[in-house]
Amino acid sequence: MDYPGLSIHALKDLLVAKKVTPLEVTEALFARIDTVEERIGAFITINREQALRRAEEAGKQLERGEGGVLCGIPMAIKDVVCTKGMRTTAGSKILEPFIPPYNATVIDKLEEAGAIIIGKLSMDEFAMGSSNENCAYGVPKNPWNREYICGGSSGGSAAAVAADESFASLGSDTGGSIRQPASHCGIVGLKPTYGRVSRFGLLAYASSLDQIGPLTKDVRDCALMLNVISGYDPKDSTSVNQAVPDYQSALTDGLKGMTLGIPREYFGEGLDPEVEAAVKNAVEKLQDAGATVRQVSLPHTEYGVAAYYIIAPAEASSNLARYDGVKYGMRDMDAATLMDMYKKTRSKGFGDEVKRRIIMGTYALSSGYYDAYYKKASQVRTLIVRDYQQAFAECDVLVSPVTPTPAWKLGEKSHDPLSMYLSDVLTIPANLAGIPGLSVPCGISRAGLPIGLQIQGAHFQEEKLLRVGFNLEQRLDMKGRKPDL
Amino acid sequence: MNISKEEVAKVANLARLELSEQEVIEITGKLDKILGYVAKLNEIDTKDVVPTTHALAIHNAFREDVVRPSLPQQEALANGPRQNGEAFVVPRII
Repeated sequence: MDYPGLSIHALKDLLVAKKVTPLEVTEALFARIDTVEERIGAFITINREQALRRAEEAGKQLERGEGGVLCGIPMAIKDVVCTKGMRTTAGSKILEPFIPPYNATVIDKLEEAGAIIIGKLSMDEFAMGSSNENCAYGVPKNPWNREYICGGSSGGSAAAVAADESFASLGSDTGGSIRQPASHCGIVGLKPTYGRVSRFGLLAYASSLDQIGPLTKDVRDCALMLNVISGYDPKDSTSVNQAVPDYQSALTDGLKGMTLGIPREYFGEGLDPEVEAAVKNAVEKLQDAGATVRQVSLPHTEYGVAAYYIIAPAEASSNLARYDGVKYGMRDMDAATLMDMYKKTRSKGFGDEVKRRIIMGTYALSSGYYDAYYKKASQVRTLIVRDYQQAFAECDVLVSPVTPTPAWKLGEKSHDPLSMYLSDVLTIPANLAGIPGLSVPCGISRAGLPIGLQIQGAHFQEEKLLRVGFNLEQRLDMKGRKPDL
Repeated sequence: MNISKEEVAKVANLARLELSEQEVIEITGKLDKILGYVAKLNEIDTKDVVPTTHALAIHNAFREDVVRPSLPQQEALANGPRQNGEAFVVPRII
């Protein structure tokens, strides 16, 4: 039996029925990793011994009829989420020696549910990038075609799940970093509502935009993972104290009575015809499931990227000030003065894109420029929020492409940051407004690269997103399609 | 030009980054292009628009000010590149 190829819910049924043990599953997963990882490069750190030990413990729990909803399910996590005792680098040289002394809240929650954390996954340094090419530990490849990017910044997470090296993963999404790689790798990825999931223990990039979310093989797994990680956390004062529904229970309801909004600005210039065709086909399937469709407008969509590339670097310049060689991470030991130590440590530890964004952010916040850049961008952010409010008065969810094109070739945009930034035009607005966004596979291009459908909803409407995603999945029959590795 | 080499060098210093001459030239070129693009925001009239700094309407998340267990000193120091068991050690300041 191909255990690594299973979804979490299918595997869970086998585990509970005692047809397989967590140890057998975990060993099978490591065998899979040994076979394909050399070609994919999704991992930064693998912790075999601990994983196998935990798998044995999980086996005993299941024997006794105990264990949480993820008992005995092995998975790896984006390397930006703190794991106690397991190295956490954020894809950066500056954190090469960092062993967190505590778990992020989401890791505590996964482990309480019985999940086995087997390792940490590749990412763009400090989550800054759209291709995972800005990683100090190597560049993961797209499992569907290894000459192409897997997307970013949660590229390792998407590649690992798509290549059956992890049953699911967690990523972080600041401007599309879960949805975009999920789309490029043909899996499901959800950016929850800002505040739905605790950010405690997430290494901060842009705190008003960052959100942790699941990357999974199907929508049911996504709902399951979201239930495990959601909820108020006293350690994150921006998390929201609002009841967490059972996200799995409404999945199978049809879409009768639901209105899908098609934002016309998302179908403009630069949209790949194959992406457009796949999305239109998906919309038809959703209509077959009972949904009605109407055109809506989000007039400020085209300003999202510009606002984002002021706000996110501004917040990053402040957040990344903590990496100074004093408390954790690397230090340039030869520096004679404190100032020299700060500068040499940061200059050697950070990669080019991170330096660029720190400088951009510091500049945008600096005296004399604040009003022209940061304040202006924050005002445009308000207009984007209002666009969504108006749209959600007319429809339940918005459906659109996740990205204007399928994955591009490795190296194609790495020397032109602006062209890379512009590829995030359809995912950034959700972060600016704090709303949830789901990416679900909806097609494969003629070149064999996956295409995703983005479903956005109002704050805390994850149930609707997942229901639409589930209905699409049932009607498209994409689940059998896997990369050939 | 939207930004000069001198401005990049000045801001790099504020951000505690040491850049080579080559890096300054490269970053100036790329930032110039990015700033040129973000100037697009000036097409929109934002007079009287209240800025958004936070996506949700959460204000003043207060909690009781009570002593709770925290990270033990040795664990807090463990990741320090240089420490003496009581404090992080840095190059002499005074």
